[in-house]
Amino acid sequence: MAAMKNDRPTSIVDKSEKRFTACLAISAIIIVVLLLAVFFTLLVTSIPAIKAFGIGFLYSKDWNPALEKFGALPFLVGTLLTSFLGLLLSIPFSIGISVFLGEYCKEGPISTFLRSAIEVLAGIPSVIYGLWGLFLLMPIIRSLETMIGVAPHGVGIFTSALILAIMVIPFSASIGREVITLVPSDLKEAAYSLGATRFEVIKNVVIPYARSGIIAGILLALGRAIGETMAVTMLIGNSNFLPTSLFSPANTMASVIANEFAEATGTTASSLIFVGLVLFLVTTLVNIVGNFIIKKISIESSREVG
Amino acid sequence: MEGHVRGRIIKDTIFKSLVMCLSFVAILPLLLILYYITKNGIAVINWEFLTTLPRPIGEAGGGIYNAIVGTIQLIILSSIFSIPVGIAAGIYLSERKEGKLSELVRLCVVVLQGTPSIVIGIVAYLWIVAPFQSFSALSGGIALSIMMLPVIIKTTEETLKLIPYHLKEASLALGVPYHRTILKVVLPAGLTNILTGILLSVARITGETAPLLFTAFGNQFMNYNIFKPIDSLPYRIFYYAMSPYPEWHTFAWGASFILVVMVLGLNLTARGLASKWKVQF
Repeated sequence: MAAMKNDRPTSIVDKSEKRFTACLAISAIIIVVLLLAVFFTLLVTSIPAIKAFGIGFLYSKDWNPALEKFGALPFLVGTLLTSFLGLLLSIPFSIGISVFLGEYCKEGPISTFLRSAIEVLAGIPSVIYGLWGLFLLMPIIRSLETMIGVAPHGVGIFTSALILAIMVIPFSASIGREVITLVPSDLKEAAYSLGATRFEVIKNVVIPYARSGIIAGILLALGRAIGETMAVTMLIGNSNFLPTSLFSPANTMASVIANEFAEATGTTASSLIFVGLVLFLVTTLVNIVGNFIIKKISIESSREVG
Repeated sequence: MEGHVRGRIIKDTIFKSLVMCLSFVAILPLLLILYYITKNGIAVINWEFLTTLPRPIGEAGGGIYNAIVGTIQLIILSSIFSIPVGIAAGIYLSERKEGKLSELVRLCVVVLQGTPSIVIGIVAYLWIVAPFQSFSALSGGIALSIMMLPVIIKTTEETLKLIPYHLKEASLALGVPYHRTILKVVLPAGLTNILTGILLSVARITGETAPLLFTAFGNQFMNYNIFKPIDSLPYRIFYYAMSPYPEWHTFAWGASFILVVMVLGLNLTARGLASKWKVQF
């Protein structure tokens, strides 16, 4: 057989076959090169800022384009506050949905309705969340702020966190639902046979078993929240000072880039790209960890089934 | 004893109602968003809104024709690059399941998927806009195609993994060359699902604004030159929403309605295709 192959002169088929496999490999390499190019473009163009401000960039709180003094602390704080607060607000809901869809209501019209609603929620463009937040959420927050006696900006960290909470629920909820349905039913049945109520089964068997998956879903939602740009840009109030309260206007890493990059030149542009680089590294780390956990879970569960 | 059991049952009931409440409260914002977009959007939309260019503030009327056409142009531009490369990379991953390059590509796909859109916007700016000294449709298309790639690669890989191996073996046994087997047997068998992935990725980029802020930028006029700035629906919504004029705010709602209809339409078509395909094997 091998001899036959060697005797045959290289035909058109062989050539096009080679070309075909080369095409596939090149496309695969393009993806790797693309990511490396993204990283190195950010790194190289932010070198002026890295040289000028060094690691102090991350904990200096002055952002002053007029004096060309830049520190990213206000944006780091803004990003951390909005995304963690948003995540915190979303967790009860996403876990509620995961448990409801994964345990109580696996099939049927209600489940289908809820699942498609979550999918639609994930599909709505970010700019529309921003628009909705700007004209409907903002007045409500403003009157709330007047009621509790803080400056009624309407926009700010709390408003952004609220919209982020709504936006990230679909991500953690869909992963949570999947890992909860992966819980082996013999474990649950064992607990039921001992006389446990459904609540006790969920609390003592389902949640502990699915814990790492739920955490991975929350991590991926965190990655989303950190990188979310448009809705936050429209609702955060665009202030480059360190936020003083949960209701004060601020800027996140993503929103300051969105607001200022188009007009930036020189050191300002380089500093903004540095912010972008930090943002890229943080989200990459969060995503890799989250995906690693999910991959580990799916391998483990397929091993148990087998 | 009796009381103890009742306490546990009460706890169980409370928990169940809590979970149900949380689930339905979570989709309340969705219903509100859809309600307001429909209510405020329908009022603005008429034939003129869809077929005329924006007018400067103060002049009544005007529409979002250029934004609709621009969005379609951007979708086509980004598809040209991302669909062939994405499908080819997906085939590579499904054909070489193990291997260092495959592992690396999978990792890159995960990272690309999670990269914030604004960062991709910066990169497209540095690659295309800065050298050409002008905002351009091309740079917007490049940025969006980077966002499409992960979705296409993932769905292609997942789909081709599900194609039964005997299909491929049968074709190879008949003496069909490897590349023809992939292109004429394996790929067509999974075509519907790959199409679903493509539609989902298009739905994802149709609403993207952040990567367009400093690439495609926005344009009040109609433009067919890919080296010039171009308008898009999400950018127009952003621009109108952030303006101080109430009239433009109503336009933002109208444009939002069109955008939501487009995105949800794409999503629904994709789901329809996916559910139809499921019964095949």
